[in-house]
Amino acid sequence: MSVFEVFVSAIFVNNIVLSQNLGQCPYVGCSKEKGVAIGMGSAVIFVTVMATMFTWMAQKYLLDPFELGYLQTLAFILIIAALVQFVEMFLKKAIPPLYASLGIFLPLITTNCCVMGVTLMVQRDELGLMDSLIYAFATGAGFLLALILMAGVRERLETCRVPKAMQGTPIALIMAGIMALTFMAFKGMV
Amino acid sequence: MQRFIQELTKGLWREIPPFRVMLGLCPVLAVTKNASNGLGMGIAVLFVLVLSNAIISSVRNFIPKKVRIACFITISATLVVAVELLMQAYVYPLYLQLGIFVPLIVVNCIILGRAEAFASKNPVHLAIADGIGMGLGFTMSLTFLGAIRELLGAGTLFGKFIMWEGFEPFTIMVEAPGAFICLGLILALMNFMTHWQIKRRNESTPFVLLHASQMPSCGGACPGCSSGQNKG
Repeated sequence: MSVFEVFVSAIFVNNIVLSQNLGQCPYVGCSKEKGVAIGMGSAVIFVTVMATMFTWMAQKYLLDPFELGYLQTLAFILIIAALVQFVEMFLKKAIPPLYASLGIFLPLITTNCCVMGVTLMVQRDELGLMDSLIYAFATGAGFLLALILMAGVRERLETCRVPKAMQGTPIALIMAGIMALTFMAFKGMV
Repeated sequence: MQRFIQELTKGLWREIPPFRVMLGLCPVLAVTKNASNGLGMGIAVLFVLVLSNAIISSVRNFIPKKVRIACFITISATLVVAVELLMQAYVYPLYLQLGIFVPLIVVNCIILGRAEAFASKNPVHLAIADGIGMGLGFTMSLTFLGAIRELLGAGTLFGKFIMWEGFEPFTIMVEAPGAFICLGLILALMNFMTHWQIKRRNESTPFVLLHASQMPSCGGACPGCSSGQNKG
């Protein structure tokens, strides 16, 4: 598949939130304001790409040669947790402005299924390193898009009169359902 | 003993995840395409939750506060590896069906959420009771949601066709949008029932209301999203 196709596929057709149902907690939890959504989304892109790179190498050079494939889950989550911690410390020290905008989201990403999910999917599909990184970036971009769209909808929703029982999470979930329905229209593009 | 039963039963209705406490949404939405997948996922989570609660609670006094999250993740990841191996050995078709959602139990908010909110503060027997209760509640919810989606989306229940002749299935219910809409409607229905009960009895609320805007979407206990640690 060409790079363009990978992007279209990961952002629109197989959007990680709306069609694969991963990363729901931040999708419902962090989509109240657009600023927060953009911060969270960018941090996810950044960490997903980094995590994919490191876990890919760990799988290829550590787990496979020693036949430790069954430890994949354990190894990956530890790599992701350590990586997130390290990136946070590095950004704080080296690039303070970036830390100011992304920093608060970093600790929350360790348990984001989006990151872990991408690293596992890359292994399942046996992609090469470059393909994996492109795929990880495109998936992160899809997450960002879904988050921004949802934040936009929810900002409008604040001023609407929603039935009492539907307020808050129920209406957000139904909105997400309608959005997923729209994204289904992209099926067949790739 | 009374406390034990109280902790055991609170997960079954009063704080049933994921309806009352929004924990671990990803598997809830993704694997409930049919009732048997939901049941399998629920049992896997139940297994991990009970054991991780028990272990974390028994070592809670040795873990330094600063690295507790990393310790919790390591413990639950080890248990998830065990579940993966067990599933590969005994229920391989189900393991293939659930796919990457089995390893993703590690990052399920419900495990870390209960570890942080309950197991790290309470003695072992209460933590086990909490794990069993919450796990059973989660299994019930997943099976329930899976059954509704399977019934409407394919006309079957646990793989057996039970709708009337000529029933046209709503294929949308077994796709991703159906999950969101179904869960949203169930939550709304539960809120509605709670409001109605309060109005009828005219007494103070026995439940946590989900619609309250200050209620974080995932109980606030999980370190995986902003509502837990900062208000965004």
